Amino acid sequence: MGYVFDLRGVLSGQYLDWFVIGVATTLALTCVAWCLAMAMGIILTLIRMIPLPPLGWFVALYVEYHRNVPLLVQILIWYFGVPSLLPRPARQWINAHHGEFLLAAIALGLASAAYIAEDIRSGIRSIPKAQYEAARSIGFGYLGAMGYVVLPQAMRIAIPPLINQTLLLFKNTSLAMAIGVGELTYRTREVESYTFKTFEAFAVATVIYLLISFGIMALGSYSDRRLKLETR
Amino acid sequence: MLEILENNWLLFLVGQYPHGPIGGLTMTLFMAATALALCFPFAIALALARLSPYRWLRLPATAIVHAVRGLPLIMFIFWTYFVSPLVIGRAVGGVETLIIALVVYEAAYLSEIIRAGIEGLPAGQVEAAKSLGLRYWPTTFKVVLPQALHNMLPSMVSQFVSTIKETSLGYVISAHEVTFAASQVNNVLLTQPFEVYGILALTYFVLCFALTSLARFIERRTSSGRGGAPGVIVAA
Repeated sequence: MGYVFDLRGVLSGQYLDWFVIGVATTLALTCVAWCLAMAMGIILTLIRMIPLPPLGWFVALYVEYHRNVPLLVQILIWYFGVPSLLPRPARQWINAHHGEFLLAAIALGLASAAYIAEDIRSGIRSIPKAQYEAARSIGFGYLGAMGYVVLPQAMRIAIPPLINQTLLLFKNTSLAMAIGVGELTYRTREVESYTFKTFEAFAVATVIYLLISFGIMALGSYSDRRLKLETR
Repeated sequence: MLEILENNWLLFLVGQYPHGPIGGLTMTLFMAATALALCFPFAIALALARLSPYRWLRLPATAIVHAVRGLPLIMFIFWTYFVSPLVIGRAVGGVETLIIALVVYEAAYLSEIIRAGIEGLPAGQVEAAKSLGLRYWPTTFKVVLPQALHNMLPSMVSQFVSTIKETSLGYVISAHEVTFAASQVNNVLLTQPFEVYGILALTYFVLCFALTSLARFIERRTSSGRGGAPGVIVAA
C-alpha cells in the first residue's frame, strides 16, 4: 500500500476555502431551516389547540406526511416539483438566485416543524391538567394560565427533545447536496474530485460534522440535566 | 398523474427488471429488510457492551454509538463507497454499498432501542435468574433478551420505517431503488416533475403510514398485557 495520508493537500489554498464555504453554507442552511421549523412548529401547535376537528386533522395530516415520506423525496419535490407549478417569473427568479438553497431550507424546515410540533405537544400534554385548572381557579384567564403556568413548564420538558431535533436538522442538511446546494458534503465531493485525495477530504468532513454534532449533543445532555422537572 | 402511473407502474415496482437490474419498490423493501436483519446481531452486541460492567467494553461501544449518531448517513454511504472496494478487493455495486452503510448506521440506533428495552425490564428478572443459578449468557439470552425484544416490537417496526426511508439515499449513488426509478421516469417525461415525485411520495406514505399504524397497534396490544411468541420479532 503506497498510500500516504496527507491532509496538507486538501487543507490549503482554494480547497481550504471550499471547506470553509461548505461549513458556512451548512450552518446557514441549518439556521434558516431551524427558524422556519420553530415558527411553523409553534403555529402547528397553536392550530392544534383550537378545538375545531378539521384543523386538528389538518395538523395530523401535515405531521404524518412529513414523518412518513423520506426527507430526500420531500427535497426533490420542492426542488423539481414545486417550481413547475409556479408562474414563469417566479421560476426565473428561483433559477437566477440560487433557489436551491431557499428550496432546501423550506423542505428541511417544514419537515422538521412536524417533529417540533409533536415535541411541543407532548411537552404540553405532560403537564397535569390540574395545573391549568388551579391557575384558572386562582383567577388567571386562558392566556394567563397557559403563559404563566403551563407553557413555562412544558417548554422545560420540550427543550431537550428540541435540541435533539436541531441535531437531526443539522445532519439532514447533508441531503441538500442532492439538489446541488454547496454545503459541506457537496464541497467535500468537489474537493475529492479535484484532488483525488478521497480519504483526506472525507476525513476532514467527518471530523467537522462530528465536532459540531458533539457540540449540539453536549448542549442537549446539559439541558437535560439542568431542566429536568421533578415529576411527583 | 394516473397516466404516468399507468405507463410506469412496472418501473416504480421492479425497476428495469427483466431487461435490467431489479429495482423500484421491490429493491427498496429488500434493502431495508436485509439491512435491518444484518444489523441485528451488531446492535445486540453493542447494547450488551454498553450495559457491561467492564469499562474496556463499555467505553468503545459508547464512543461508536455517539460517533455514528453524530454523522449524517450520507457520510457513511460515501465512506462505504470508497473503503469497501479496498477491503473486498473488487468494485462494489450501489445496492451493496447502501446495505453496508445502512447496517453500520442502523446498528447504532437499534442498539439504543435494545438498551432501553433491557433497562426497562424489572431488575427482579435478572436477580431471579441468578438465584436460580443461571450464569450471564443464559440469563441474557433466555431471560432478558426475549422479554426485552418482545417489548420493543413497536420500536422495531418504527426502525424498519426509518430504514425504508433511508434507502431513498440510493438516489445519490445511483442504486436502483424506487427514488432512483422515479428520477428515471422524471428524466424521460421532463415536464411533470410534481406529478412524478408526488407518486413517489404517495408510495412511501402509504407503505410507511401502514407500518407506523401497525407499530401503534402493536404498542397498544403489548402494553395491555403481554403474551404471544417472542419469535415474531426477528421476522419484523
